[in-house]
Amino acid sequence: MIPAEVFLTFILMLSIFLGFELISKVPATLHTPLMSGSNAISGITLVGAVSLAGTGHQDMANWLGAGAVALASINVVGGYLVTDRMLAMFKKKGG
Amino acid sequence: MELLIQFAYVVSAALFVMGLKQLGSPATARRGNMISSLGMLIAVVVALLDQGIVEYQWIMIGFAVGAIIGASAARLVEMTAMPEMVALFNGFGGMASLLVGWAALDASAGSFTLITIVLSILIGGLTFTGSMVAYGKLSEFVGSGAVVFKGQQIVNSLIVLGILYSATMFVQQPMNPQWLYLVIGLALVFGVMAVIPIGGADMPVVISLLNSYSGLAACAAGFAINNNILIVAGSLVGASGIILTRIMCKAMNRSLANVLFSGFGSVKDDTTTVEGEVKPISVEDAYYVLEAASTVAVIPGYGMAVAQAQHVVKELQLLLEKNGCEVVYGIHPVAGRMPGHMNVLLAEADVSYDLLLEMDDINPRMENVDVAIVIGANDVVNPAARENEGSPIYGMPVINVDQARTVFVLKRSMASGFAGIENPLFYKDNTRMLFGDAKESIGGLTREFE
Repeated sequence: MIPAEVFLTFILMLSIFLGFELISKVPATLHTPLMSGSNAISGITLVGAVSLAGTGHQDMANWLGAGAVALASINVVGGYLVTDRMLAMFKKKGG
Repeated sequence: MELLIQFAYVVSAALFVMGLKQLGSPATARRGNMISSLGMLIAVVVALLDQGIVEYQWIMIGFAVGAIIGASAARLVEMTAMPEMVALFNGFGGMASLLVGWAALDASAGSFTLITIVLSILIGGLTFTGSMVAYGKLSEFVGSGAVVFKGQQIVNSLIVLGILYSATMFVQQPMNPQWLYLVIGLALVFGVMAVIPIGGADMPVVISLLNSYSGLAACAAGFAINNNILIVAGSLVGASGIILTRIMCKAMNRSLANVLFSGFGSVKDDTTTVEGEVKPISVEDAYYVLEAASTVAVIPGYGMAVAQAQHVVKELQLLLEKNGCEVVYGIHPVAGRMPGHMNVLLAEADVSYDLLLEMDDINPRMENVDVAIVIGANDVVNPAARENEGSPIYGMPVINVDQARTVFVLKRSMASGFAGIENPLFYKDNTRMLFGDAKESIGGLTREFE
């Protein structure tokens, strides 16, 4: 059994390399949507926040989690919507 | 159930990767964004099924508040204000990671977890305040120049030492809240200190870097709560930000360290001397030149965004094309206040994206361009970067508009641009200055055509 620390670091290493490969192929013209889109992806913290906000105990973790849920959902919802709004404007002539 | 949740995270990670892959072309980018948002939806829904959750009330309240704010911001934001919005969102992402790291703290945490909690709080905190300062600078709530003071490096070094010390103490005594608060406080202060010495025109670098930090903060939070999907998504974002940062630095011929620590806005040792005189041109005369031109290149800069001139530029493009002229756009990587800023503005004005040429594509064609129209750009077309070793921007790759047969520079006045760097372009024989608000000048040109 691989210890969790090693396993997680393994995933980190592979995804960073994958990220570099993927992003270096994005053309300059799409860099702003790339930023706002990746911003939305970084709202993935929402997933972590959800599990901490729903413990049912009225303790610190619960409140902090709820705050994190609110902030991360701004990122997720706002990020995806504004990226879509921008990308809808990128048109090729006659297309 | 736990197994199902974990497999669902695998699916959503795959969707994120596919989504980013489709961002590789403007034709598929919109679908890519949808795929990525589907991945997010799956991850969130699955997270809600976690058995640890007994109460949904606070989750729903938090989500409703965030979704309403996010959705209205996304609908209402002006395309010229995208850099501000991205800065703000970076900050929220950082704060969310800080809160998650903090909430993940409990008495049973081992030292590996504690270290990742500290990292998530640190990166999250400095991303938050750093982004807020960047937002303030971009929206001009605070001065957009570089703030440098004597002993800044020393103060910053002390803060870093303080962070290291309190972080170490926190890992040793996790249940002693004073160390935790100290780490949070110092991280927040450090974010401010890190961004204030960076001047207005370096903002594209800062935004990209903060974007990367917001991803890394999510990554650290993923380690803190032992969650794969946070690590995968966070590192994808982190990588994206780092690549953009590198592109921006390369486009300015400066190292990242130089951007972060030097306070470029304070550079005063400009040895550029200019010869010749400025030759203004009237809208009417400019029209006669344009009417005779068969190739026109438009070089937009931040000034186009400020003047909201992108729509009239498009009108001018249509009129020129009707006149049998070929119009292309030359986009410098650091034109504007964030990577790709000009492209989005022109896309908003319905300019076809295949007319937007990158610097390396337009420069070889420049000699055959009859008229190059520079709209609100300055440093990115400054020939001193090529010719004068004493110029602060010497070595920076620029768009060689001075090689075009005629150059029109649209500018409010002769006041020098950012950092007071002299621009010999304005004094060249083939340059004509069209003074005034860019939107009105171009509006005037389109009226001449009609």
